[in-house]
Amino acid sequence: MNPVVTAMPNDQPGPALVQVRGLRFGYGRKLIFDGVDMDFARGRITAIMGPSGTGKTTLLRLIGGQWRPQAGGITFDGVDIHRQNRAGLYRLRKRMGMLFQNGALLTDLSVFENVAFPLREHTQLPESMIRDLVLLKLQAVGLRGARDLFPEELSGGMARRVALARAMALEPELVMYDEPFTGQDPISMGVLMRLVRTVNDALGLTSIVVSHDVVEVMSISDYVYVISGGKVIAQGEPDQVRQTSSERARQFLDGRPDGPVAFHYPAQSLAEDLGLEAA
Amino acid sequence: MNAIGAILGDFLATLGRATLFLLQLLLAVPRALLRPRLLLRQIYMVGQLSLIIIVISGAFIGMVLALEGYRTLSNFGATSSLGILVALSVIRELGPVVTALLFAGRAGSALAAEIGLMRATDQLSGMEMMAVDPLAYVAAPRFLAGFIAMPLLASIFSVMAIGAAGGYFVGVIWLGVDPGAYWSQIHQGVEVLDIRQSLIKSLVFGATVSWIAVFQGYHSAPTSEGVSRATTSTVVMSSLAILALDFVLTAFMFSQ
Ligand SMILES: Nc1ncnc2c1ncn2[C@@H]1O[C@H](COP(=O)(O)OP(=O)(O)OP(=O)(O)O)[C@@H](O)[C@H]1O
Ligand SMILES: [Mg+2]
Repeated sequence: MNPVVTAMPNDQPGPALVQVRGLRFGYGRKLIFDGVDMDFARGRITAIMGPSGTGKTTLLRLIGGQWRPQAGGITFDGVDIHRQNRAGLYRLRKRMGMLFQNGALLTDLSVFENVAFPLREHTQLPESMIRDLVLLKLQAVGLRGARDLFPEELSGGMARRVALARAMALEPELVMYDEPFTGQDPISMGVLMRLVRTVNDALGLTSIVVSHDVVEVMSISDYVYVISGGKVIAQGEPDQVRQTSSERARQFLDGRPDGPVAFHYPAQSLAEDLGLEAA
Repeated sequence: MNAIGAILGDFLATLGRATLFLLQLLLAVPRALLRPRLLLRQIYMVGQLSLIIIVISGAFIGMVLALEGYRTLSNFGATSSLGILVALSVIRELGPVVTALLFAGRAGSALAAEIGLMRATDQLSGMEMMAVDPLAYVAAPRFLAGFIAMPLLASIFSVMAIGAAGGYFVGVIWLGVDPGAYWSQIHQGVEVLDIRQSLIKSLVFGATVSWIAVFQGYHSAPTSEGVSRATTSTVVMSSLAILALDFVLTAFMFSQ
């Protein structure tokens, strides 16, 4: 509808599905984002990487409308997420799926019922069709046989895969994955990476993947943002980001302990702390 | 002086948030009523949690009341009034109050812990992201369940205390009060008004305990310490609220 075509990361026509503009957000006085601009192009997989505690999960929650920015805004398909009443926000959320970092499965429901939950809540589908849909989603993550287990009987990696099946149950337009590969063995990791890619392409989704697994996530994504210290420090297609000249981004991507990003929380020197200097 | 001011300020702030929460909860009640299966399950859960302890306490409190009452009444040669003494103490006062205190300790703390853990493990956020309102799906059914279960539990407590295992057992079977007198006194002495006041008390206590429990769980810090603090405050705050409200309600009912 909007005739203005914004410059896209992938030179792809049409405005991005999710646009972040001048985002400022903090918990209390602790500033997490300070003027961040991002585009999440339709039909693409965009990766968000960055050191632990920089606010990757926070960003996904901002997109989901669970937190409100102090300045700037986020639009989903041209609609400002944070200028909605509850009904409007819920309408938007039905078009999003989110995989939480720890799964967030409902502990009083079985694996099957967890995946069926959004279908039962938001569709009038007959029971037989719900059953088929749920089993297909579980099949895709390799857990069809685990349908009768309860969340407490699953390993961390299995729980995350069930959560993935649940996030895709309503076939949303946008899927946000918070650390989908953490705790997966090499086999399921490979399967999940391919799954994220195939689901994205087959259903024409837009995906946002938050991950620390630099090599793996780079290999499946179309565009990459590296954030640190409240700012985007590198962005581009995976090949461009691999060549980045930013010191901070280089240190993160190469996993070097020394550099502009401090591994240690600020403190007095170790020798002083251990009382060695005084002797 | 400053410390008292800070505590008072804290208390008022919490009370304000809790009141706001109660309004949201009440607004979510109609949507919770659209899911009768969920509500019935919660009533079953809170009822089942507290049933045994309430049955046993009812029986023992009834027996103690009968023993003490018999000793006092026998000084006046009025032991035939034992039935009405036990019945009125239980129906008007001990039934609702003791049941509510036990209910807070058993079901209230469990509710707060359950909801607090759901908060800590992102289950509530997860529901929100699936466009399901946790107020309507989690909080309101539990609140309603407490409200509905309390009068039922208080009635069970009263029946236990007055009847076969409690007052009747000690008074009639053990101490030899005439069974005809025991029941006919109760029949004549207990008025509809007493039962209605008892019911009002249980409903108010039930609503208060479940409100406090659901609020504490819903707003607990998402850590194990936060959950444990939510359960403790639920029991402490509910107990104080029950005793204070009992005084207010009784005074109000006397004046009528
Ligand atoms: N509810 C909250 N209240 C206050 N501070 C918070 C809250 N949630 C997160 N934080 C803080 O915000 C910062 C960013 O948190 P966030 O969870 O977004 O990080 P992250 O990038 O996802 O880290 P990780 O890779 O370890 O998951 C952290 O320093 C954290 O301490
Ligand atoms: Mg995170």
